[in-house]
Amino acid sequence: MNAVSPTLAPPPSTLQHAGHVLRENPLTAVAAAGASLLCLVALFSPWLTPYDPVASDVSVALQPPSAAHWAGTDQLGRDVLSRIVAATRLDLAIALSAVSLSFALGAVIGGMSGYAGGRLDRVVGRLVDVLMAFPLFVLAMALVAALGNRVENIVIATAIINLPFYIRFARAEVNVRRDAGYVEAARAGGEGHLAVVLRFLLPNVLPAMAVQISLNLGWAILNAAGLSFIGLGVRPPTPEWGILVAEGARFITTGKWWLVAFPGLALMLAVLCFNLLGDGLRDILDPRMRT
Amino acid sequence: MASASGIARRTGRRFLSSLPALLGVLVFTFLLMRVLPGDPAVFFASGPNAGKAEIEEIRRQMGLDKPVPEQLVRYLGDVARGQLGRSMTTGQPVLTDLRQRLPASLELTVSALVIALLLAIPLGIAAALRPGSVVDHAVRFLCALGVCVPTFVSGLLLIYVFYYLLGIAPDPTGRVDVFAASPPDITGFLLIDFALVGDGEGWRAAAGQLVLPALTMALFVLAPLARITRAAMLSVLGSDFIRTARSLGLPRRRVIVTYALRNAILPVLTIAGIVFSTMLGANVLVEKVFSWPGVASYALDALLASDYAPVQGFVLLMASLFVVVNLTVDVLYGLADPRVSIE
Repeated sequence: MNAVSPTLAPPPSTLQHAGHVLRENPLTAVAAAGASLLCLVALFSPWLTPYDPVASDVSVALQPPSAAHWAGTDQLGRDVLSRIVAATRLDLAIALSAVSLSFALGAVIGGMSGYAGGRLDRVVGRLVDVLMAFPLFVLAMALVAALGNRVENIVIATAIINLPFYIRFARAEVNVRRDAGYVEAARAGGEGHLAVVLRFLLPNVLPAMAVQISLNLGWAILNAAGLSFIGLGVRPPTPEWGILVAEGARFITTGKWWLVAFPGLALMLAVLCFNLLGDGLRDILDPRMRT
Repeated sequence: MASASGIARRTGRRFLSSLPALLGVLVFTFLLMRVLPGDPAVFFASGPNAGKAEIEEIRRQMGLDKPVPEQLVRYLGDVARGQLGRSMTTGQPVLTDLRQRLPASLELTVSALVIALLLAIPLGIAAALRPGSVVDHAVRFLCALGVCVPTFVSGLLLIYVFYYLLGIAPDPTGRVDVFAASPPDITGFLLIDFALVGDGEGWRAAAGQLVLPALTMALFVLAPLARITRAAMLSVLGSDFIRTARSLGLPRRRVIVTYALRNAILPVLTIAGIVFSTMLGANVLVEKVFSWPGVASYALDALLASDYAPVQGFVLLMASLFVVVNLTVDVLYGLADPRVSIE
């Protein structure tokens, strides 16, 4: 017999799949470039600002965009572009630390609860329900007001309102894997429960959760900026996107659009980049979730 | 009717299961408010140099000298009797304040949701009818943009364009023109009140004040609604009964609206409920930008003044509305699709 066995194409590697996704959706590449650019600006902002972001010069107050001041000047004559660039570091730092914090806590709490089941799982589930029953932005407001008007507390508040989503995600993902072969093997090998969750289960769940980070970064940026906009958290004259918009709000009815439009544009681009990047990452890492 | 009792039973069960979460919200807010900086007794005292004895006396009157667990029990008892305490900033009972201001917030949120649905459903359908087309990509782009622009920025830019540049929007300060006669006070919903007394001019003025803030909120929630409409329509349009309806030669409009949309509306309803609840909280920013006299800006002012009775009342109100909205969605669910009530 000389039957020719049918040749199956080898399954595409992750890299090939990523290439395919990028070709299908070039926006992801653009978003990744934009996000990297934002991070670079945040890292090197002190060297990128054309003017001192807090130095005022009343002789050039409230000037529209010009060759000297690309984004105009505010009521104290401070250069708006410099203030936007200087704010990048603070805004990204707040969002990144808040999301990492809730990612780490959520993974551990959700992982434990999904693995243990029983009473712990019910208690955690109830707590998550309570958190979700709050209007989340109002909860963040109340947390910042109660803990004190400081940057760390914006981070904590933003982390707490993100927490339920991570707990639920980790819980569900761990729950379906708790009886998998490799978990039983680990248990049979004498690993403690904590080690099973931390060293065997969570590493399998993390890639899918990582996608959530990028999606939540955008939300965290909006939240932090919203809190400073209403006067909670970061205090003026510290440059921060929400504060820049709040300061410009007083002049919008007299037509000083650049005070609001440019910081708003920065906020929008940052959120857009992280959201598109998150969507693209999800397509690459977890094609099932695609909508 | 079997389906009506089915809906009632499901709704009742959902209501009971939401009570523990409500209680949790109450307790958590209570504890959070005790951590707020500032002593309300000092605030209530006659002046900055009120004597220590006077402050102690006020603390005793307010029950602040009792241990926290006892205060919590007393607070829960007050809430059960419908007493939410008194606001220090307005001097009125919190319940009165909230009742006066809730219609403003509800009017804004409901109008925003209606605008958002009126925009999102046609957009989602148009995108689903031709997936991958220019229309689909345009809708996707619009949605991506909508969630990225914070409401406080889009609101301010709308003010710039429609008030400053075009001059067609009224001064963005509150619900009524400062110089206009005070509106009739029947339901508190200005659009309804003006319609009831038949004051066309007043109605148009109130609607004019409402359009920009409502549009601001609608733009922000457009994306989830349009996305879910598109996804739901796509899956329904691919099903056998749509193919059958088309092959029978039914008019295109009838196939899409009567058969496809009716079956795709369930997930849209769910998301609309979630969106409504989030909007109630996110109101704060829009109310602040437009000086809208709603409950959210009331709570914000109280929060900044360490006045905790209004904040507690507001959070309780929001959490209860959240439950009510979920229950309403449940009932609508049963009406839109009788199958869900059969167990």
